[in-house]
Amino acid sequence: MSDLTPASEAELVSMVQQAMSDATPLFVRGNGTRSGLGRTVQSATTLSTSNLSGITLLEPAEMVFSAKAGTPVSVVEAALAEHGQALTFEPMDHRRLYGTDKEPTIGAVAAGNISGPRRIISGAARDSLIGVRFVNGKGELIKNGGRVMKNVTGLDLVKLLSGSWGTLGILSEVTFKVLPKPIHSATLQFSNLADDKAIAALCEAMKSQFEASGAAHLPAGLDGDQAKTLIRLEGFETQLRYRLDQMAKYLSEFGKAEEIAEAESAVLWQGIRDCGPLAEPTDHAVWKISVAPTKGADFMARFASTHDTRYFFDWSGGLIWVAIDPQTHADAGASALRKLLAETGGHATLMRGPADLRSRIEVFHPQPAAVMRITSQIKNTFDPQNIFNPGFMYSGV
Amino acid sequence: MGTIAIPEPNMDILARRQEIVQDLQKLVSGEGVISDPTELVPYETDAFTAYRRVPLAVVLPQTTEQVAAVLKYCNKAGVPVIPRGAGTSLSGGAIPQEDAIVIGVAKMSRVLDVNYSNRTATVQAGITNLNVSDHVGPDGFFYAPDPSSQLACTIAGNIGMNSGGAHCLKYGVTTNNLLGVKMVMLDGTVLDIGGEHLDAPGYDLLGLVCGSEGQIGIITEAVVRILPKPEGARPVLFGFETAESAGECVASIIAAGLVPVAMEFMDKLAIEICEAFAKAGYPMDVAALLIIEVEGSEAEMREQLGKIIEIARRHGVKTIKESQSAMEAAAIWKGRKSAFGATGRVADYICMDGTIPTGQLPYVLARMAQITDHYGLRVANVFHAGDGNLHPLILYDVNDPAERQKAEDAGNDILTLCVEVGGCLTGEHGVGIEKRDLMRVQFTEEDLRQQMLVRAVFDPAWQLNPAKVFPLDGRVSGQAA
Ligand SMILES: Cc1cc2nc3c(=O)[nH]c(=O)nc-3n(C[C@H](O)[C@H](O)[C@H](O)COP(=O)(O)OP(=O)(O)OC[C@H]3O[C@@H](n4cnc5c(N)ncnc54)[C@H](O)[C@@H]3O)c2cc1C
Repeated sequence: MSDLTPASEAELVSMVQQAMSDATPLFVRGNGTRSGLGRTVQSATTLSTSNLSGITLLEPAEMVFSAKAGTPVSVVEAALAEHGQALTFEPMDHRRLYGTDKEPTIGAVAAGNISGPRRIISGAARDSLIGVRFVNGKGELIKNGGRVMKNVTGLDLVKLLSGSWGTLGILSEVTFKVLPKPIHSATLQFSNLADDKAIAALCEAMKSQFEASGAAHLPAGLDGDQAKTLIRLEGFETQLRYRLDQMAKYLSEFGKAEEIAEAESAVLWQGIRDCGPLAEPTDHAVWKISVAPTKGADFMARFASTHDTRYFFDWSGGLIWVAIDPQTHADAGASALRKLLAETGGHATLMRGPADLRSRIEVFHPQPAAVMRITSQIKNTFDPQNIFNPGFMYSGV
Repeated sequence: MGTIAIPEPNMDILARRQEIVQDLQKLVSGEGVISDPTELVPYETDAFTAYRRVPLAVVLPQTTEQVAAVLKYCNKAGVPVIPRGAGTSLSGGAIPQEDAIVIGVAKMSRVLDVNYSNRTATVQAGITNLNVSDHVGPDGFFYAPDPSSQLACTIAGNIGMNSGGAHCLKYGVTTNNLLGVKMVMLDGTVLDIGGEHLDAPGYDLLGLVCGSEGQIGIITEAVVRILPKPEGARPVLFGFETAESAGECVASIIAAGLVPVAMEFMDKLAIEICEAFAKAGYPMDVAALLIIEVEGSEAEMREQLGKIIEIARRHGVKTIKESQSAMEAAAIWKGRKSAFGATGRVADYICMDGTIPTGQLPYVLARMAQITDHYGLRVANVFHAGDGNLHPLILYDVNDPAERQKAEDAGNDILTLCVEVGGCLTGEHGVGIEKRDLMRVQFTEEDLRQQMLVRAVFDPAWQLNPAKVFPLDGRVSGQAA
């Protein structure tokens, strides 16, 4: 296994050109904190962006920064925090899930469209990503988007790259818009609600004017004996106080809300963000499922009636994290999940699972034939020789 | 005549006109096909009125199936297709060509479903932007992207252009408020992309479709995000003696960690034009005006405003005027949102749409004045100051060919300037034909080729809105699917 670690865009370009002329597939990664995701890729050579590091533009007064793809997320966050700003989409850190170390990179956050609990109010990583520079599979350096937050010039390849997991191009530099960091935050907790009741409460919270920035439900047994329904609120001091009081009153039909203060609340949401409650045991497969919030409870009830699982809800019930033992359920529930999703709408990605499982089932949600055809053709326009993460997402893609 | 080329029509297609119209009538019966020359005239242009071409025919389908049948037919017959919403594009995105069929979705304008718990509305794409908000308004919800043309423009057109509005500083533009579309491809295949759930299972095709200017497929339905209305909203007017101090005030507000929902800028000429039209109570003795809107509870608005006023004072604000009633607030926004229409009553204009890094505002304002002075033209500036999206309105007389040329040249110089300072050609109006020939100012050949290759996956032979977005020379075709 040889490693390529370009230190400049020019070097990245020449390495890709070399790989192209040798027809050498490249396994593209940042610092590898998410190794364990994806279909199993056959490739001898790893290309890591770890040496492409550093913030290249920081303009707090314009709410924007650019960084080379291998810049650690922690470096970005620290630089933004100095100016009271933050990544609004609260990117998940996958190290707990995969048991990896090193530093997650900002390029991988872009490439994987990686968001967290704030996604329900602030949009996904792709909504904040406003510009990319990348090298395509022909060794061409391409830019799309830019550093200004309103830009509709030409086709939006930024969105295509975000969530393509390195299969279309190797990002060399990314530009995000940011927002002021919430000054204070706290959480309201409702206890002992059944899933359907809990999600009704979350949806009700999201319908209110108090701008909930997190809406999650941990069923009983995941984090203590009681089910916890959690709603995070933010604001400056008096604003937060007002929102907490109003929200508790507004949701009084769901019981009496307990307040979880700032520090404890932050730890709690970090756990939810990182799928902490399902990180152990490490040999269980973990699914990330996206459905309409109102469908979440019923969907899970149906799946759990035939499968032995542990799960929790984020995004107002629309994001379901599911852990399942592949020893008990040989396909980790894949066919049942996807059959249910065909009725419900939505998709399921196997985020963690043993390599052999990932070679047997579709890791990314199977797409209709017409969409799959488009997917393959798009891949072909960026990477005609299929040298970037071949087969990482789908067969040939 | 202006200098933007529209390809010569294919004589072969023109010769088949009658046969094509008859075939279309079989697919969409009754009044769904327009072919009478006088009835075609309203479709000859959009809001980029300096260019006009009467299309071969206009089809106004009522169902996705009809759209699919018509596209399939046009694909086979080799007839170009121009997708159209309300035709309010300012960049010529919906301008037809003589050998093309316009497919308009205006008759598909129903709300199909509203789900407040999911905060989603499923609508037919021909519904107007404002009708979405009006539909959910009585229940305390709204659809956030609010182009000034929202009374007329359609969700289809908004998706086509990835439109913005005055409030996108907080709420984002169309692409950030779109969850799903039903889209018909040129070969008649109907795709359902996204839905009431979040994020894409594979590649983000929804993100690709949004802003694709009718070049990828025809959108017939959309799932959009609806949001609860804030408890209150209050626009406040801040008048400054120089444009520079207004610009610096905007930067300071953002740097202080305040993000008002809207920060709109108007210069003196724009203030005069809008005040004459809307009687909004704008101060007339200032060189620049900011409309800053805050929202939330009364206490929240007070606190935010307090901080903003303090910053404005530091930048020498001359007048501050808070709206005292809902009526006054409405008048303030009416003035701003009718800026283009009101300008249109004074003179012909072309509306630029470049975006710049906001830090460059003072420099760009000064340079723009030099540019328009050089051409001897007047310019009225209105723009979304918080995000650097400029709308200089260059005034000219459309019946004076020399002046029209000057206006186009000045516009090109301004957009080139926007790119030079790190911005882009278009922030929300789209490339259309207007900025097509400037694309090489912003992109390299490789950049453009990659975009065109992706485009060609959907339309290998350039039949969908073909004269738009990409320079006419050097186009890349795809392999037929
Ligand atoms: C007075 C005035 C003020 C404006 N203010 C703003 C503003 O504040 N912000 C802003 O962003 N824009 C603004 N605009 C521009 C314009 O209103 C927007 O671009 C709007 O989204 C166009 O919508 P439409 O329905 O008129 O679409 P059209 O003009 O008919 O079409 C726009 C584009 O979308 C494509 N299209 C249309 N329908 C479909 C479909 N069904 N499927 C696929 N593609 C399709 C067309 O081919 C074209 O490329 C303004 C325009 C005017 C005249």
